[in-house]
Amino acid sequence: MTADAGTLPPRLQEIAEEFTDTPDSMRLQTLLEFSEELPPLPERYADHHDLLEQVPECQTPLFLAVEVDPDGVVHLFFEAPREAPTTRGFAGILHAALDGLGAEEVLETPEEFPSRLGLVDLVSPLRLRGMAAMLGRIKRQVREKRG
Amino acid sequence: MAVPHDSASKFQEYAQPEMLVSTDWLAEHLDDPGLVVAESDEDVLLYETGHIPGAVKLDWHTELNDPETRDYVDGAGFARLMAEKGISRDTTLILYGDRNNWWAAYALWVCTLFGHPDVRLLDGGRAKWIAEGRALSTEVPQRPRGSYPVVERDDTTVRAFRDQVVTHLGLPMIDVRSPGEYSGELLHMPDYPQEGAVRGGHIPGARNIPWARAAAEDATFRTRKELEAIYQDEAGLRSDDDVVVYCRIGERSSHTWFVLHHLLGYPHVRNYDGSWTEWGNSVRVPIRRGEQP
Repeated sequence: MTADAGTLPPRLQEIAEEFTDTPDSMRLQTLLEFSEELPPLPERYADHHDLLEQVPECQTPLFLAVEVDPDGVVHLFFEAPREAPTTRGFAGILHAALDGLGAEEVLETPEEFPSRLGLVDLVSPLRLRGMAAMLGRIKRQVREKRG
Repeated sequence: MAVPHDSASKFQEYAQPEMLVSTDWLAEHLDDPGLVVAESDEDVLLYETGHIPGAVKLDWHTELNDPETRDYVDGAGFARLMAEKGISRDTTLILYGDRNNWWAAYALWVCTLFGHPDVRLLDGGRAKWIAEGRALSTEVPQRPRGSYPVVERDDTTVRAFRDQVVTHLGLPMIDVRSPGEYSGELLHMPDYPQEGAVRGGHIPGARNIPWARAAAEDATFRTRKELEAIYQDEAGLRSDDDVVVYCRIGERSSHTWFVLHHLLGYPHVRNYDGSWTEWGNSVRVPIRRGEQP
């Protein structure tokens, strides 16, 4: 089982356990909570969609922005419509997992993190690919933007 | 006790008016004994955010599909699933969903493979119900277990397989994907690259009528007259034609199958669910690029 392979950084491990410690029947509810906790876009992005990168691999349009501050701390911003709670949930997980971490820590996030949440059978592998794509794009932007 | 049909005048124009119900009708009949409402969405979490009160959830990816055989569930699997949802063989099943009922039409088509006697679509689906400000609930209903016999799947009537499509070349076919996928510019549906194929284009001879053209702005089906203008006048289909419809994995084309078969009354319409993900990747089957059929 890949779910047991390797160790995750502490914050990611905590999120993964939040899912895997929840019975199957309640796990989508946990995803829904993450979707509700996704912070809204700050104004500087809300009026400037051109500053956001689209993630076309998600089933519903999702936009993200990545900032790396002078201290190398990563800040993430997402926009996904309310009618797309799954995509919002994925964004909420990545925000909770990665926002505020150092650039190097973000870059060390295992690619397979999305598959460690116990969601494969509940959400389907195809849908989970959207989260992997978001993670890939976040890492690429962090690489481009770190000093 | 049989659940009555919706006698809305718009539906009476269709070949099989009994296949649709309106939001007005459903609001009145939600508590009818023998009726079960099921939501089938593209977004697997939408149901959890709120659904029509009493509705159960039905998901293609995780429930109707057998990922190991890349096929639908078998007769025993379908019977088990229906019983768990509280659906019996004599239940009137009302399906609805997001995005113009795209996945709900797919679920209805799968129910047809098992010959479920009374299954209908909610015209306008989830979007119309919400736009009208109707009640939603996050409560998951606990329905008593249904009684569903094992009925073998009939793959011969409304389903087409690749080799049958090969022999169908030259006969009427409708490709319901976007123009970019049809011409081969795009290897996948816009926004869905993960379900792509190694070749872009369409099955030679297929006409391109994107599926969502059959839906009006409010997600309801277009009127019979409007549908005839699209499928008869523009695509040149005749009602006695043997028609194959396809898309990417057979879900969008289920919507067109529903329109041609149930709303326009074409007796011979089959959905090729292998669709472009199979055809585009298959060895030694012909394709065509560009805008011409």
